[in-house]
Amino acid sequence: MADTFERVKKIVVDRLDVEESKVTMEASFKEDLEADSLDVVELVMELEDEFDTEISDEEAEKIATVGDAVNYINSTL
Amino acid sequence: MLKGKVALVTGGSRGIGKAIALELAKQGANVAVNYAGSEQKAQEVVDEIKQYASDAIKIQANVANEADVKAMIKTVVEQFGSLDILVNNAGITKDNLLMRMKEEEFDQVIQTNLKGVFLCTKGVSRQMMKQKSGKIINIASIVGVTGNPGQANYVAAKAGVIGLTKTTAKELATRNILVNAVAPGFIETDMTDLLTEEQRNSMLQMIPLERLGKAEDVAKVVRFLASEDGNYVTGQTIHVDGGMVM
Ligand SMILES: NC(=O)c1ccc[n+]([C@@H]2O[C@H](COP(=O)([O-])OP(=O)(O)OC[C@H]3O[C@@H](n4cnc5c(N)ncnc54)[C@H](OP(=O)(O)O)[C@@H]3O)[C@@H](O)[C@H]2O)c1
Repeated sequence: MADTFERVKKIVVDRLDVEESKVTMEASFKEDLEADSLDVVELVMELEDEFDTEISDEEAEKIATVGDAVNYINSTL
Repeated sequence: MLKGKVALVTGGSRGIGKAIALELAKQGANVAVNYAGSEQKAQEVVDEIKQYASDAIKIQANVANEADVKAMIKTVVEQFGSLDILVNNAGITKDNLLMRMKEEEFDQVIQTNLKGVFLCTKGVSRQMMKQKSGKIINIASIVGVTGNPGQANYVAAKAGVIGLTKTTAKELATRNILVNAVAPGFIETDMTDLLTEEQRNSMLQMIPLERLGKAEDVAKVVRFLASEDGNYVTGQTIHVDGGMVM
């Protein structure tokens, strides 16, 4: 669980160029981390690679916060 | 010019698509030649490309079928390691007057000529986003700009392709993926061999350059857009029609 969060956090920090402290479970990609829609699509792609899983378009659309991503990934592991 | 680049040309077995596949290969690109049914013809294009010191494979896929398209793109990336240039060229005609046109005739042309472009574009966008670069070139038609009696289905699809080109160009610009359309006029291929002598002559009178186009005329403009020379051009529709539509 914690491990998933750390891995997601690293990708978010790299991709969105934000400070680590801003990447909390509650942080919204678009509102708090200044991502646009395409950034979120790219993030989801990177998460798929990192966790070797496939996230359907429907599931991806529901991912709004860092926590959504972490929880979804944990549910598939 | 395109050394090390990887191109996928849909409908590369015949006509304009074949000329595009050969032109990109001559410039050094490795080319995946897609076809629907003409396996033999696709193989001939592959064999010809291999004479230019470029690599090539043929891939059967119906561009209107999402599963086929996904498998095709996966094959290209597995085989060549990247996908830099997509040319959406596959197309069909089923001409009829609007009042006689059957629902299937309309649907089939929209599926292949418009939905096919959407599916292939969506399919490659993931790979191109990862690479942070890419060129998508859609073969439209000048009738998509002017309209043409007897081609309601085809014109609707081609006008749709032009709109899709502009939207995709805007959506993907920040990721350095450039999307343009090339609109051929009257080009000599199997598609236009179906026309009567009379239709041909009346077309000729509308072409300021007074000749029909060759598939190579289209291929060279595609090559420009695919190369670095076209790096500040996106969202455009370039007419290759001897001046027919200005
Ligand atoms: N010729 C012209 O004057 C003209 C003018 C304006 C625009 N265009 C456009 O230029 C493009 C090429 O035209 P063309 O004259 O070269 O046509 P063509 O000689 O009839 O060749 C069509 C190509 O598309 C492929 N194809 C057809 N349906 C397909 C499908 N569902 N999935 C995958 N491939 C499919 C064919 O494969 P198979 O060989 O396996 O059947 C063939 O390689 C088309 O988009 C056309 O609308 C042509």
